[in-house]
Amino acid sequence: MSLQVEVRGLSKYFTSHRSGEVNRAVDGIDLDVQRGETFGLLGADGAGKTTTLRLLNGLLLPDRGVARVAGLDTRKQAREIHQRAGYMPQQFSLYGDLSALENLRFFAEVHGLTPGQMAQRIPRLLEFARLSGLQSRPAAQLSGGMKKKLALACMLVHEPEVVFLDEPTLGVDPVSRREFWTLLSDLRADQGLTIFVCTPYMDEAERCHRVGLLYEGRLIATDTPQAIKRTVPGELVELRPAALYEARDLLGRADGVLEVQTYGDLLHIFVDNAGRRMPEIEAALQAQGMAVTGLRCIEPRMEEAFVSLMLRERRQGRGPSAAQQAPT
Amino acid sequence: MWQRLRAIIRKEFVQTLRDRRTLLIVLIYPILLLFLMGYAVEMQVDHLPTVVVDSSRDQRSWQFLEAMESSSFFDLKYYVQSEAEAVAEIDHGRARVAIVIPPGFAAALERGDAQALVVVDGSDALTVQSAFNAAITVSQAHSVDLLTRKLERAGLGGKGASLTPLDVQTRVLYNPDIRSLVFMIPGLVALIMQQQAVSLTALAIVRERELGTIEQILVTPIRPWELMLGKILPNVVVTLFNMCTILALGVFWFKVPFQGNLGLFFGMALLFIFSSLGLGVLVSTVSTNQRQAQQLSALIQLPAMMLSGYIFPRAKMPQVIRWAGDLIPVTHFLQISRGIMTKGVGISYFQDKVWVLLFYGAVVFFLSAKSFKERLE
Repeated sequence: MSLQVEVRGLSKYFTSHRSGEVNRAVDGIDLDVQRGETFGLLGADGAGKTTTLRLLNGLLLPDRGVARVAGLDTRKQAREIHQRAGYMPQQFSLYGDLSALENLRFFAEVHGLTPGQMAQRIPRLLEFARLSGLQSRPAAQLSGGMKKKLALACMLVHEPEVVFLDEPTLGVDPVSRREFWTLLSDLRADQGLTIFVCTPYMDEAERCHRVGLLYEGRLIATDTPQAIKRTVPGELVELRPAALYEARDLLGRADGVLEVQTYGDLLHIFVDNAGRRMPEIEAALQAQGMAVTGLRCIEPRMEEAFVSLMLRERRQGRGPSAAQQAPT
Repeated sequence: MWQRLRAIIRKEFVQTLRDRRTLLIVLIYPILLLFLMGYAVEMQVDHLPTVVVDSSRDQRSWQFLEAMESSSFFDLKYYVQSEAEAVAEIDHGRARVAIVIPPGFAAALERGDAQALVVVDGSDALTVQSAFNAAITVSQAHSVDLLTRKLERAGLGGKGASLTPLDVQTRVLYNPDIRSLVFMIPGLVALIMQQQAVSLTALAIVRERELGTIEQILVTPIRPWELMLGKILPNVVVTLFNMCTILALGVFWFKVPFQGNLGLFFGMALLFIFSSLGLGVLVSTVSTNQRQAQQLSALIQLPAMMLSGYIFPRAKMPQVIRWAGDLIPVTHFLQISRGIMTKGVGISYFQDKVWVLLFYGAVVFFLSAKSFKERLE
């Protein structure tokens, strides 16, 4: 397999005009994506996902490092990359006053498709995006999910070999989200497309071959979702205490507890041995007069793994003091 | 390349035609402005409401007042008893001018030391100028008239010869009736064309940036100059269409003569539009949103109105101000427009302006192509 995306030491710094403060939006990323692979870049808002995608598409120039897409240098061969890659920005970037069909035609024409190619591909893409009946509706009047599907279709019109999607399911209802991912899976299966997707949704990471965790501009882990989930320490216990924060502080000091995370009114406690520690935890809380409900051992998800890796990174203390919020 | 350009042009046209409200404003604006100029703007003020204090009430005072009235500058509307009352009329805004004739006007005229007072409302510049000039001209003519008759009675009149030693005949070229519109229309055409060319182009480009569509455009094979040209060409059509509307209304409705060659005018207009569009592109490159672009276009339009020679003659301006005016394309086109429309002259009379516009267009296009960002930063 050959490399579709190759990133070495990629960095991008933004300097605030007012304070002169330097923000390391992307800070020395190394990354490889194989041809035909679906790669997910995970991170909280502000972690540097969008900046990374813009760097990969030659929309921003890196301050340090190199990035190659399809073997082409993003710094010098952006135009060649644009012919072989598709890019779907986070924000709706089509023409709202043009219809779905007109948008597709426009992008087909500027990519130099012949009338024959257009006649063949455009109906197929409309059908693929399940927009055939809505082709003459102005794009601005499409629902959030439809807009995303139209953007996907427009991005595919020149048949790219790799596509970059920036939070493609942001602001989309769960049904449309699922549908969108089905479309992506079809593309991967039918055409062997390389997909590079940014998302803040941990469940979407499970659909990727490999994921990278981006935290404050740095890639803190890159692996398969299964391997990443295995990095969480020990076993995971969930419970719903009566007093969340007191319970968190209390258990954080308890024997055999490796890490405590809060999820709404739930506590997720990483312990060395669940079978041994569960009765101890219950006893410790009840000793303080705290009722405990829903105590059970659970399988760690992407989300726990991500938060755990992030906390570890923060503890190691290279990160700036402005701590990121854990995704909820 | 042509396919991309054609796709952009088609998209721009569809977007322009689909935004009906904006299109309507763009097309109606010049017509509205033209009718405002045609009917409301009159540089020369006449038929000023006038209050009269005639303390003599003799034949001579009556003759003088009649001379004033027949000049058509003064409408003698009110008669009052004193100068104070006359000024009160002006204070109340019922009259703009007062004519005060002291007692014994006829006798004083015979002696040759008669006096009359003309009081003018100084709160309006055009009124002052017109009334002042009219009062002097009319009274001097009346004076000469009286003198002539006096000399004739004394038997000094030469038969057939004029008694005044110098008689100046005036002839106004191109615009014998001195109609404001004849001055205005060629300038108005130029001014409206520049305003629309600059603002439409700037807005069209900034809109892509503001809506974020530029991010999608930048990852297509579209080159910056293709995007600019594609956005400009539909505006050329709109601007030319508006130019035709103004010209047609000016010539057929307001009967402003078009002396020169229409084909030459179109050619020159096209050159002018391109340099104005270039200015629009330049405006777009320094604006981050549509509001800024709109404000900046308006900012260019104001000095264009003042410094181009459209209203105020450039000959009287200090050199520095004239240089500032030279930076605006309409200043150069105004002279071409007036040359062709009003004077009916050919290209050889304004060749230097043509070169200036060509140079101007080339420079602004070069500058805007240089500053157009192929990336997002």
